[in-house]
Amino acid sequence: MNKNFFINYFQFNSSSILISWENSIENDIIFDVLSFKNAINNNIKQILEVRNAYSSLLVTYKYSIDNIYSEIKTLKQVYLNKIKINLVERKTWRIPVCYDKFFSKDLDNISTSLNLSRNQIIKLHHENKYMVCFLGFLPGFLYLSNLNKKLYFPRKSVPDLSVAKGSVGIGGSQTGVYPSDSPGGWNIIGNSPVNFINTSTDEISFAQPGDLIKFYPITLEEHQVILKESNKFKFEWEAIND
Amino acid sequence: MIEILKPGLFSTIQDKGRVGLQSYGIPHSGSMDSFSSDLGNKILGNNVENAVMEITMIGPVLEFKTSSIICITGADLSPFINNVNVLMNTSLVVKKNDVLSFGRLIDGLRSYIAISGGFKTEKAYNSRSMCKNVTKAVRLNKNDILKFDKSVTLSDSELLVKNIKSFGNVLSVYKGPEFFMLNSYQQNYIMSHEFSISNSYNRMAVQLKDLIVNELVSIITSPVIPGTVQLTPNGTLIILMRDCQTTGGYPRILQLEEKSINSVSQLKKNSKLNFKLKI
Repeated sequence: MNKNFFINYFQFNSSSILISWENSIENDIIFDVLSFKNAINNNIKQILEVRNAYSSLLVTYKYSIDNIYSEIKTLKQVYLNKIKINLVERKTWRIPVCYDKFFSKDLDNISTSLNLSRNQIIKLHHENKYMVCFLGFLPGFLYLSNLNKKLYFPRKSVPDLSVAKGSVGIGGSQTGVYPSDSPGGWNIIGNSPVNFINTSTDEISFAQPGDLIKFYPITLEEHQVILKESNKFKFEWEAIND
Repeated sequence: MIEILKPGLFSTIQDKGRVGLQSYGIPHSGSMDSFSSDLGNKILGNNVENAVMEITMIGPVLEFKTSSIICITGADLSPFINNVNVLMNTSLVVKKNDVLSFGRLIDGLRSYIAISGGFKTEKAYNSRSMCKNVTKAVRLNKNDILKFDKSVTLSDSELLVKNIKSFGNVLSVYKGPEFFMLNSYQQNYIMSHEFSISNSYNRMAVQLKDLIVNELVSIITSPVIPGTVQLTPNGTLIILMRDCQTTGGYPRILQLEEKSINSVSQLKKNSKLNFKLKI
């Protein structure tokens, strides 16, 4: 059944329109956003890029918008005629994470504060599947939803000046992997040896918004082996049939 | 080829940037003052997509290993060739072993060196714009060797453009998506106050000094673009620039017109500015 959402259209600059849903993070909304994004990509020419966040879409045109009312009218028609996102095209990606003490420098602190053992935290972290909502913050950084509520843990009040590439962190209700060295305020519980951003233009990121991520634990030795040839790492995935 | 004898304060290679890749979290990048960058290329008869050198406040010292034609636009950093003052906004013939250097900053902040055929440096995702986490080199360093198209024939045509500047302290803006969340006092204050630039200003963002009484909380992470003006919980206004992140969580209260992004690129610490609403 299709739920009806209240959607707002807003001209953001001379060549882009921002489409906003209710300001909230919910699966229903994200699926509606992604369905609309697909429909725009498939139906409107003259579009440079459509990108989404949790509850918004930014539609950037190749040229300056001449008549904003007619563009919005076209978008509204596309929205009405869109079909639910084609779930068959979504994938679940299996991503290795090493939770060894060598990497998980903030795990003991979380363990003490949340009154959960290291192993409980690690299990809770890799047993959930996370949905890729969108990319942002850094090139190749995936915004993931569906962190187990038991693992919610506040960001550091003073961010670390340098968080290593591959670091897997928890920040508030979110979890994610740093695709490159960066300052950051998340609590680090592990490290993934794979590349989240590719320099080739053919496939910049393996994951698309709507895909799922399943982390699986690896040992420090396995981490070193994959890291050595991270450019050749073969990403494993399964189609989602739900 | 050009050898960098001294890199200056912060010099990079820039072009039109990486449009259409923001969904991967890749910043837009490109010349901060696109007007001045385009002007240099146009004076030389280049394509506006050719890569130029963007220099900031203190210029570099460059030695030409091959002859070419260049054009310097944007901020006036007192350019010299072999210690002789040269004109801006016109084509300049440079010969083998000539040295281009800069002196005192007269006005503006960023100057552009366009070269016939454009600089041929490393490309990432079809752009030569240097950017952290995207290109290997994020700035020019001493002893770097830069290639350019040397097959250019030297023409003797001359074009001097006068009184053409992208500078200005009045920024024309549109209302941002969260402008309506401000109360009328805040709206009036922002539109009438003369703001000044803090000591935090770079290719990612320009932070303003004057605080606004603010009770707005953060929004959930949403798209932002160069020229978006964010209001942080402590009341600071941040103008996002060309290398900004693609998403952000602060209310987006204003959006600069493209030409105003160019203007901000030429403002430095303590410069004054006003916002003017375009309806």
